Amino acid sequence: MSIPLIPVMPAAKSTLEDIEIQLLLEGIYQYYGFDFRDYALASLKRRVRRIMQSEEVSTISALQDRILHDANCLERFLIGLTVHVTAMFRDPSFFVTFRRRVVPLLRTYPFIRIWHAGCSTGQEVYSMAILLHEEGLYHRCRIYATDMNDYVLQQAKSGIYSLRLMQEYTHLYLRAGGTRSFSEYYTAAYENAIFRSFLKENVVFSQHNLATDNSFNEFNVILCRNVLIYFNSTLQKRVHQLFYDSLCSFGILGLGRQETLKLTPFEQHYEELDRDNRLYRRLH
Amino acid sequence: MAVEAVEIVVIGTSLGGLSALQVILRNLSHQFPAAIAIAQHRHKESNAQLSQFLQQHSSMPIKEAEDKDLLHPGHVYLAPPDYHLLVEPGYLSLSTDEPVSYARPSIDVLFESAADSYHERTVGVLLTGANRDGVQGLARIAAVNGHTIVQDPTTAENATMPQAAIQSIPVDQILPLSDIAPYLTHLCFSVRR
Repeated sequence: MSIPLIPVMPAAKSTLEDIEIQLLLEGIYQYYGFDFRDYALASLKRRVRRIMQSEEVSTISALQDRILHDANCLERFLIGLTVHVTAMFRDPSFFVTFRRRVVPLLRTYPFIRIWHAGCSTGQEVYSMAILLHEEGLYHRCRIYATDMNDYVLQQAKSGIYSLRLMQEYTHLYLRAGGTRSFSEYYTAAYENAIFRSFLKENVVFSQHNLATDNSFNEFNVILCRNVLIYFNSTLQKRVHQLFYDSLCSFGILGLGRQETLKLTPFEQHYEELDRDNRLYRRLH
Repeated sequence: MAVEAVEIVVIGTSLGGLSALQVILRNLSHQFPAAIAIAQHRHKESNAQLSQFLQQHSSMPIKEAEDKDLLHPGHVYLAPPDYHLLVEPGYLSLSTDEPVSYARPSIDVLFESAADSYHERTVGVLLTGANRDGVQGLARIAAVNGHTIVQDPTTAENATMPQAAIQSIPVDQILPLSDIAPYLTHLCFSVRR
C-alpha cells in the first residue's frame, strides 16, 4: 500500500533569520505601505540575502535599520526584490495557443480590454501587441500593463531593449507563430532595439500592486504569468479573487507554465481552455 | 548521525545525471518515508518527458513540480526546465529569477531552500556533473546539521561536481552510486517507528 497523502511536517521552529525577515517586512509595510508579508519565503530570502551583500550589511536587522531611515535604500530594495527575468514570446507555445484558441473568441468583441498584471520590463506586453496586430485586432484593444515597481514600468514604457537580445527574441517570435520579419517591429540604434511606437499606442502603463490594490476595470483577458509563484497561498487567493472579480463572463485568464488553479478556491469557477498552456475561461 | 526523522531528500546533478538518477530511483521503495526533490540541469526548452522517462524506473510517483505543490512522503518532484525549484515548509515553490552559476534550475537554490525549511531533517545528495553548482547548497545543509552525501567521484560519469564538494566541505558520506539508494533507505527509515 502506498503511504497516505499527509504532507511532510514543516520545520518546527523559526530561526532568528526568519524572525528578522518578518520584522523587516512588517516595518516596510507599516512605514511605506509596500506589503511583502505574504510573499513566498524561500525565494524572498534569497533575494534579501543578495541585497544584504550589495548593501554590505551582515544582518537583516541592519538592513532594516537602513531601509527604514533611508528612502533611497528602500528604492534599491524594491528593485532588488522584484525585478524578474522576462523575454519576448516567452514560452512560444503559449502564444501559439493564444492565437488558435483565444483570438477567435476576441474577434466577437467590438472592443477588447486586456490586463497584463505584473508586466515587469514589458517584453510580454509588446509580444501581445505584435500578436494582436498580426491578427488584425490591435486597433480595438486596450492593454493595461501594470507592475508595482515604477522602475521596471519606466523601462517597459520606453520599449527599448538591448540589441543583443534580438536574436533570441526573433527565434522565439518565429516559434510563437510569428508570420513576418521580426525586425519590422523595431529600429536598431547603437546598442539598442527601439520598438515601434504604434505598439504602445493602445497600451496604458500604470502602477498597481497586486498585494494591496483593488480592481480598476472589467477585462476580457487577464494575463499574469510567473508572478503568482512569488506569493504564498494566502496572497495567491487574494489575487485570484481580484482576477475573478475583474474578468467579464467567459473572460480569459492566462497563467505561467507551471502555475495552476488547482487547490485554489477558484478552480470551480473556470474551465480549462488549454491545460498545457494554462489558459482558463471564467464560467458564466 | 541524524536523530531527527528525515523529511526531505534533495538531489542535485548535471552531466550524466540521467542514468545516475535511474539507478537511485529504481532502488527506492514506494514506501520511502521522505519527500524527494530533484534538480537536474537540462536545456530550458526541454519538455516534460524527463519525468515520464524516470517514472519507468521507479515505483514512486514522479512529477514535474508545479507551483505550491504539497510535499508528500514517497513522492518525487522534479525541477521544471527554466525554473528554480525551492522548498518551503510543507510545499514547493518556483522562481524565474536569474540563473545561478549559469543554471536554472540551480542545485544551490534547491539545497539552500531545503536547508532553510527543514534544517537537520534535510538530506542532500550531490551526484555526477561538470560544474560547481550544488557545493554551496550542500555546505548550507551541513551548516544546519542536515546530512550530506556525495557520489564517489570514481563512479561518476563526470567527477567535477562531486570532487568540488569533497574538496570544499567535510561531507558525511562518499558513496558509490549503487550504494546511495540503500543508504538513503537506511538513513530515512532508521529513526522512524
